[in-house]
Amino acid sequence: MKTLFDKIWDAHVVSSVENGPTQLYIDRHFCHEVTSPQAFNGLRARGLKVYRPDKTTLTADHNTPTINQDQPVKDPISRNQLDTLSKNASEFGLTLYALGNKKNGVVHIIGPENGFTQPGMTIVCGDSHTSTHGAFGAIAFGIGTSEVEMVLATQCILQSRPKTMRITFNGKLGDGVTAKDLALYMISKLTTGGATGYFVEYAGEAIRNMSMEERMTLCNLSIEMGARGGLVAPDETTFAYVKGREFAPKGEEWDKALAYWETLKTDDGAKFDKELTFDAADIKPMITYGTNPGMGMAITDAIPTLDQIDEAGRISFQKSMDYMGFKPGEKVEGKQIDYVFLGSCTNGRIEDFRTFANFVKGKRKADNVVAWLVPGSHMVVDQIKAEGIDKILTDAGFELRQPGCSACLAMNDDKVPAGKYSVSTSNRNFEGRQGPGARTILAGPLVAAAAAVTGKITDPRNF
Amino acid sequence: MEKFQTLTSTYVPLPIENVDTDQIIPARFLKATDKEGFGNNLFADWRYNKDGSPKADFVLNNPTYNGQILVAGKNFGSGSSREHAAWAIAGYGFKAVVSSFFADIFKNNALNNGVLPVVVTPEFLTEILASVNADPKATLTIDLENQTIINNATGKSESFEINPYKKECLMKGLDDIDYLLSKKDVTEKYEANSTF
Ligand code: SF4
Repeated sequence: MKTLFDKIWDAHVVSSVENGPTQLYIDRHFCHEVTSPQAFNGLRARGLKVYRPDKTTLTADHNTPTINQDQPVKDPISRNQLDTLSKNASEFGLTLYALGNKKNGVVHIIGPENGFTQPGMTIVCGDSHTSTHGAFGAIAFGIGTSEVEMVLATQCILQSRPKTMRITFNGKLGDGVTAKDLALYMISKLTTGGATGYFVEYAGEAIRNMSMEERMTLCNLSIEMGARGGLVAPDETTFAYVKGREFAPKGEEWDKALAYWETLKTDDGAKFDKELTFDAADIKPMITYGTNPGMGMAITDAIPTLDQIDEAGRISFQKSMDYMGFKPGEKVEGKQIDYVFLGSCTNGRIEDFRTFANFVKGKRKADNVVAWLVPGSHMVVDQIKAEGIDKILTDAGFELRQPGCSACLAMNDDKVPAGKYSVSTSNRNFEGRQGPGARTILAGPLVAAAAAVTGKITDPRNF
Repeated sequence: MEKFQTLTSTYVPLPIENVDTDQIIPARFLKATDKEGFGNNLFADWRYNKDGSPKADFVLNNPTYNGQILVAGKNFGSGSSREHAAWAIAGYGFKAVVSSFFADIFKNNALNNGVLPVVVTPEFLTEILASVNADPKATLTIDLENQTIINNATGKSESFEINPYKKECLMKGLDDIDYLLSKKDVTEKYEANSTF
């Protein structure tokens, strides 16, 4: 009796170090400009080639502008990093979707939409949100640059086997509650370190009912509670999403793959190291009030008071309140905000734009809000146009930017100024994440849409 | 990689919980294409004012505290997978980080750069923070071979866990790539037998 995780892991064990980690084979490797240059330098220093060039795909996303992508990148240091990626791609014979390429976009968005991401795979990238790909029933996790070098050189990585956890969400999500709310709810219960050392399988009715986009949002955020990764057993929803995508198996290969994928589920009676259960109906639209993703609450709740925080955590809690300009015990609903960011590998997919557009349709962007709507990829942009979503957004006073990570980590010019409040659909509200001094309130696309039209923290269910 | 054996040093207290990698090295410093110079920007937003002058109240700017060991609150290194965080810590001159809890990816990245993450109990953490508060010249000894950490101010010690393979790598200064390269024939055999 095996868990889904065990099945995939065991199928990828190449060897085991005595008293040590496992040598794990990697099926798919993604690289971007920020965490790969030093790995390629390492290969050069050792005189090595890339061992399996067809299994690595490169994209430029973290450090790219979201306007005027047809022009040379202005910042010379960013440009150098992007040029380095291009040089490394040609020197080592790797496929790169550079800026301007039709397949360019945020790494965790382009992987699934081009069919690179498939059930049963092991997938790594020098980026912690690689956990996103777990939505397909894959073991997908973020790695450091030394590990990127290992994968380039050997297509393998040394990893200790994580413990397993299953989190079950029974019942259905209420109206106006998104996958992002479910994830923020879960992280607020577990805290940012609550799943450290574990690989999580998500199960239950609420998960089964989710689209692939929603499962990706959920798995994406697994890392924010410290989990090595998260995964959902593949089912008809998964197969329907993968089928027909450019790099997905075709014809006979498809039938063979499908027969295997259908075996990828946790056996009845298989044991997890830890099991948790939540009721989906308990979940309300969520926001964060502090400086880590575990500091979340229902939009209608009040921030905890100091005596509700355990003693060792009080210095950090007060520091975070000072940073955010909030007081312990107060409500955040109704507070004025300055920026809205819709995008990132968490909420930059077509469904997120549909959700946002549906809400703002026939309404107007609030004058006090600067809104950055950044699709995750060119494919998302094309779909937005095909569905006429761009028209709805323009009519409501919004404009679309070009794809990239953008204000999720603010490496480019999309920085929220110091002291300003940003309602962001991204994944991290760390101090300075969206620019030095920026105050980030994480939320789902619906709460972001409500904030964008009212200029305040607003419960989207009140409309 | 440099070898790690036994280290006795004064230490720098940072009693903050959930120190994430965006604090260790903010994203705007990740544009470099080599591993050099990150130490200067370690904890940049806590350490420097906007104009680049040092913030007097941050511990790295306080000459009272120094040493090759950083002692931090629980859940150190959460967030991004950026190895730049480990490069910044190593580049600054820290050889070990002590906390009651580390995020997974950071732990791997630290080990891959010869920085030893030492997990202690919350009680031991509180005690060593108290010792350095009382006397900034207090020292810790980290003995990797015997997997013990000693608070020299009180004589109390604790043993810590480390994977035996990783321990050997650190003590001998070896890295994982050498090991994986030596396994090429096994990898090829795996590829030949695997259906996917
Ligand atoms: S969108 Fe944000 S979290 Fe996702 S890959 Fe880009 S920087 Fe990382």
